[in-house]
Amino acid sequence: MTIRNTLRDHGQRYRPRMACLKKAEKVLLEMQDPKTGVKSQPQRLVITTIPHAITGEDILSWLADRFQVDTQEARNVGSMLVALGYIYPLQDHKRLVIKPDASLYRFQTPYFWPTQQWPVEDTDYAIYLAKRNIRKKGILELHEQEQYNRLHKWMNHKWDFIVMQAKEQYRAAKERKKPDRVVFDCQERAYWVVHRPPPGTVSAMDYGLERRIEPNADETKTPDFYERIMIFTQQSIMRPRVKSSVSIGALVKYCATYNNHDPFLSKCLPSNPWLTDDITYWNLNMTNVAIPTKMRVERWTFSFGELLSDPRGRDDFRLFLKKEFSGENLAFWEVCEDLRWGAAVTMREKAEQIYKTFLARGAPRWINIDGKTMEITVNGLKHPHRYVLDAAQTHIYMLMKKDSYGRYLKSPVFKDTVKKAICPEEQKFTDAQLEQNAKNRRPSLSPIVLRQQEQEQRAKMAANAPVDITQVMSKLSKQGKEAPPCPPPAKK
Amino acid sequence: MCDQTFVAITFGPCDSCGNPSPLMNIYIKSEAINYCSFCVEMMACRGLQKGESLATLKTESDTLKKKLEEERGKLNDVELHQVAEKIEVLNPLSVKTRRVMKGHTNKVLCMDWCSDKRRLVSSSQDGKVIVWDAFTLNKEHGLALPCTWVMACAYAPSGCAVACGGLDNKCSVIPLSLDKNENLAAKKKSVAMHTNYVSGCTFTNSDMQMLTSSGDGTCALWDVESGQLLQSFHGHTADVLSLDFAPSETGNTFVSGGCDKKANVWDMRSGQNIQSFESHESDINCVKYYPSGDAFASASDDATCRFYDLRADREVSVYKKDSLIFGASSVDFSMSGRLLFAGYNDYTINVWDVLKGTRASILFGHENRVSKVRVSPDGTALCSASWDNTLRIWA
Repeated sequence: MTIRNTLRDHGQRYRPRMACLKKAEKVLLEMQDPKTGVKSQPQRLVITTIPHAITGEDILSWLADRFQVDTQEARNVGSMLVALGYIYPLQDHKRLVIKPDASLYRFQTPYFWPTQQWPVEDTDYAIYLAKRNIRKKGILELHEQEQYNRLHKWMNHKWDFIVMQAKEQYRAAKERKKPDRVVFDCQERAYWVVHRPPPGTVSAMDYGLERRIEPNADETKTPDFYERIMIFTQQSIMRPRVKSSVSIGALVKYCATYNNHDPFLSKCLPSNPWLTDDITYWNLNMTNVAIPTKMRVERWTFSFGELLSDPRGRDDFRLFLKKEFSGENLAFWEVCEDLRWGAAVTMREKAEQIYKTFLARGAPRWINIDGKTMEITVNGLKHPHRYVLDAAQTHIYMLMKKDSYGRYLKSPVFKDTVKKAICPEEQKFTDAQLEQNAKNRRPSLSPIVLRQQEQEQRAKMAANAPVDITQVMSKLSKQGKEAPPCPPPAKK
Repeated sequence: MCDQTFVAITFGPCDSCGNPSPLMNIYIKSEAINYCSFCVEMMACRGLQKGESLATLKTESDTLKKKLEEERGKLNDVELHQVAEKIEVLNPLSVKTRRVMKGHTNKVLCMDWCSDKRRLVSSSQDGKVIVWDAFTLNKEHGLALPCTWVMACAYAPSGCAVACGGLDNKCSVIPLSLDKNENLAAKKKSVAMHTNYVSGCTFTNSDMQMLTSSGDGTCALWDVESGQLLQSFHGHTADVLSLDFAPSETGNTFVSGGCDKKANVWDMRSGQNIQSFESHESDINCVKYYPSGDAFASASDDATCRFYDLRADREVSVYKKDSLIFGASSVDFSMSGRLLFAGYNDYTINVWDVLKGTRASILFGHENRVSKVRVSPDGTALCSASWDNTLRIWA
């Protein structure tokens, strides 16, 4: 079902997948409504008059009114409509933007709208260029001349046909009335500016890579197509779901809880480094800093997951568990995580090691899990895979979450952390100071260096007697604070 | 964070063939069974049984779909905007460009932040991948890949490697080095192999595993060291354009969005598609989880962004405006999940109030399509990558 025949075309080779075109066309029809659309006026050229010209200002005010947006946004929408080729400028025809003044524009005829029905052919472009060449030699721009030469080379075999078509169209055009001819020339010229843009300009027709599969195409519906849908739908029906009020309530509550911690919604203390070029905020919130900030500690109280995912919080929790002599739960959870996300080649031995250390009878760091979970785990270990300890891990996680976490939040360890936590003052910089800050931007230690340091520290720890982990980590973070003014020289 | 404990057996002997393998939990006539993926396929490909025809199968599947909608509707007792009425309106946002990162010579297709909150990696159409320190605007590393259209790039959680992939149908991991003279491309290691372009990649919780999505309609989980395919995810019927890994602590899921207009949630362990949402009217360009992991947002070519609640199993909000005609290419949430930043193909970034469903702000500045938007890991800034060859930092 999913490995597709790569030769299947679904007509996508020439079909720009631009869902925006239908929406744009609706807007265009509204704009052309005689009563509620954009006001039009005749344009006077030397002796002829071209009807239905519209000014940039009128387009913009109509858009601003219709969409209830301000002028800047209306200008953006208007420029996109011009870039797509639905409206074209009468003066300065190569710049496809809306100018908010009396510049004139016209609606493009639907014949020349960007379409998904047929490709924009090089043959037609060649005929167009040839026609202009016939009308007046030397009128082609530089990039058009280059294109013309290129097409002449590649379409040499049908060049007679192209020249004949060009002459025929030129002759037919001469027979039209002057106003019609001028209008048609403008329309055609606008069409080609959109579809064969001058080099270096941004083209709205540039839609990127082709998407391979066209899902709207008719797919032969085989029995297994429906069987699969039914298996999936049946499983979806049986899947437990929650009342909307409960789950939406939880989403809203999350927003409210984290509102003060969101730098886009509340002030970052002491200041947002991107706004003031002062990195105190980042220094105070480094991974293993000795004294965390009040905001950070507050986040640990929001959920157990938040506490565990912050390395500093995890260390604090580990300290608490050590005092309670239940550190093996967290240790077990950590090694299970290591197993789940680790390299495949080490998986088997890791699983065995974990079993020996935590699960086997008489293991040095035996963890307390219920009989059923133990049974599932031991059975699974017969064919170890990376998820074999999932049941045990979830059990221990829930145990910590429902029991230890609550006690941690009431413990002296945590209360001490809260008391010591820093609440920095808001920094107020003058304009001169801000300029100075901007000049003093310094690089930080590369994560590669930090990892090397961490590995060295761990090696030292493993070699020496057990050391208080928070002391070691705070030493590391102090080293990190003194970022050198230039990147450190390459090692070895 | 989702509180549901998955007690489902995901590995063990298959109920049908008995081989130990990752299991999918499915139902045959309301009876729960655990089959390995091969047996599930066998069951689907049984062919027409006695008394069945294509027409009967179609009506049967349509009835089941209606039943699913009914079940979903039963628990639909409140709408998001109703609950959101009680919440305070947002203060006006003043978000401005703080950095403009110039250096790419072609369209920038993708970017990703490093966990140190200031570095990021970006990739472009001409095959160049650049690692920047966005704060100082220094370019720290640069490499040229032999393929064009590098649509996917990701920074490893350790900050010591980057992954990138695109039209070469592969996703490669490149370890970063402090030596400026070293040719990083030489140490490039191919990890993922697909049969069509790689549209998205992300590391899981460590440098050792990577998830990729591809134009061949599949997603896959890879072991970086050995290049082994750990799990593949089949179910999309068209190109998969984007994926996002769940942030939950006990998370084993990820969401993917594709050209078949579907956003699918997958169990990483068994390869099973657990939930599917089909309410967009066109290709889904980007999917992103809500910070709590209980919901996700999607951006689509139909010019709307939608918000789906995973526990209630339905779409809860649509973010659209008449003036937005062009498709949305990328979305990301702010740290609290209150703001949704969406990059559009009309060169703008719209900021939506997730709860109230209104637009909070619109950011102008780019001169071509916005291809990717990402909020930094500590939520202090937003980075946007664009086809105008630049990246911008907003705060």
